[in-house]
Amino acid sequence: MLTFKNVTFQYEADGFPTIDRLSFHVGRGEFVSVVGPSGCGKSTIFRLVNGLLSPERGEILVDGASIAGRKRYCGYMPQQDLLFPWRTVAENLRLPLEIQGGLSTVEMDARVERALEAVGLGAWGKKMPGELSGGMRQRAAFARTVLTGSQLLLLDEPFSALDYLTRLSMREWLLEQWERERKTVLFITHDVEEALFLSGRILAAEGTPITTLRSFPVPSGYPRSMETLRQPELLALKEELISMLRRNAG
Amino acid sequence: MKKANRGNLPAAGLTLALIMVWQAAAMGMDAAYILPSPWQVLVRLWELRGPLFSAHLPATMAVVGVGLGISVVLGLGLAMLMDASPAAEKALYPLIVASQTIPTTALAPLFVLWFGYGLWSKVLVAVLITFFPIAITVFDGFRSVKTEMTELLFTFGASKRQIFWKLKLPAALPYFFSAIKMAIPLSVIGAAIGEWLGAQSGLGYFSRRMMTQLDGAGVFAPILLLSVAAMLLVAIVSMIEKRVITWRGQ
Repeated sequence: MLTFKNVTFQYEADGFPTIDRLSFHVGRGEFVSVVGPSGCGKSTIFRLVNGLLSPERGEILVDGASIAGRKRYCGYMPQQDLLFPWRTVAENLRLPLEIQGGLSTVEMDARVERALEAVGLGAWGKKMPGELSGGMRQRAAFARTVLTGSQLLLLDEPFSALDYLTRLSMREWLLEQWERERKTVLFITHDVEEALFLSGRILAAEGTPITTLRSFPVPSGYPRSMETLRQPELLALKEELISMLRRNAG
Repeated sequence: MKKANRGNLPAAGLTLALIMVWQAAAMGMDAAYILPSPWQVLVRLWELRGPLFSAHLPATMAVVGVGLGISVVLGLGLAMLMDASPAAEKALYPLIVASQTIPTTALAPLFVLWFGYGLWSKVLVAVLITFFPIAITVFDGFRSVKTEMTELLFTFGASKRQIFWKLKLPAALPYFFSAIKMAIPLSVIGAAIGEWLGAQSGLGYFSRRMMTQLDGAGVFAPILLLSVAAMLLVAIVSMIEKRVITWRGQ
């Protein structure tokens, strides 16, 4: 689904590359988390995939074709929900459809309606974003990302601004969504537990520049619950990841 | 609402106190041609209501209306141009700021020479004073847009034009209303200055004519009318603003 081939990227202001000859692959339908110390360049990987940045060298492939010059091959959900305050929740969800064009208003409204139902916000379409709680806003932002129609979803720490309990329920909610739609999800987080709970596989960045992402398959199937996290294999993997991140953060 | 009303009470009290001081001073001085009392001004306003409301108020409001209309088109156009092209911004911004250092009042007699005693010399004064706050404020509104929101639309595949219509324009709307509320009193002042310097009708012209007749109350009456008209216009715009901008401060 997504392939990095020897990708190098350097910010102009830096004297060194943030990403150096990085290669990795994410298969169709996978849920993969990228963890790493903060500031190591995880978000840069996302900005390269969604086209906000262009690699200096190397190639990024989505569905086997280079992304250069392509549009709408991935849905990107940033840390903040970025719902437009002057649009109702439903109108916010309509944005990606309006931009793509080619759909009648009736068809757009129908799709938005279905997407709102799917994220449990069926009754909230006519509300303004300011009237929603933090968790609801993130759910609306997620629905908007899904409405881009892309098979590849990039979620950049979408729950980091939420309180702890809301985060817990949002994790479970996200897994339900993924198990139903089976889209390919690439998920950035600095929370190892969150990564373990959600992903089939974890890619760990070991510091800057990112030259490799070490792949750790999570030894547990789906569906998962809070109990899953207490399995000895997962606890061991958690220890390993945390000590690795701490080693590299210093 | 309630809070705002309570907040206005001190202002109303102070205004009343100032009017009473004025009344007392005028009565003490007893020279209406220099300082008429507020009561004398009101009486004169009533006596002169015929020409003031049927000829001079409409003449001034025509200048204000046409001047504001031109300023809005010109200001919005300049703001959009500067937003669309950094080269235009570099070229125009200093010129627009410099235009504000020209003492328009001193040039106004020249405008009368160029454009005559009719509408257009006054409109020019009003436009010169008001297009600046509109252009600069709306331009600031365009620049206030969060980079993240622009990027999000970009990942949806939006064109520059779509980003402008769906993001920048609505984001700048609160700024636009602030600009109009600033521009209304300025355009009233501009119109009055223009009329004071050379005109055949208008409240500024009328006030000056009363001056030559040593009619103190007659000088103040049209000025009072002018202020009330400006305040009414601002109030109307504020009401429209409240209905349109429901998301301010989010």
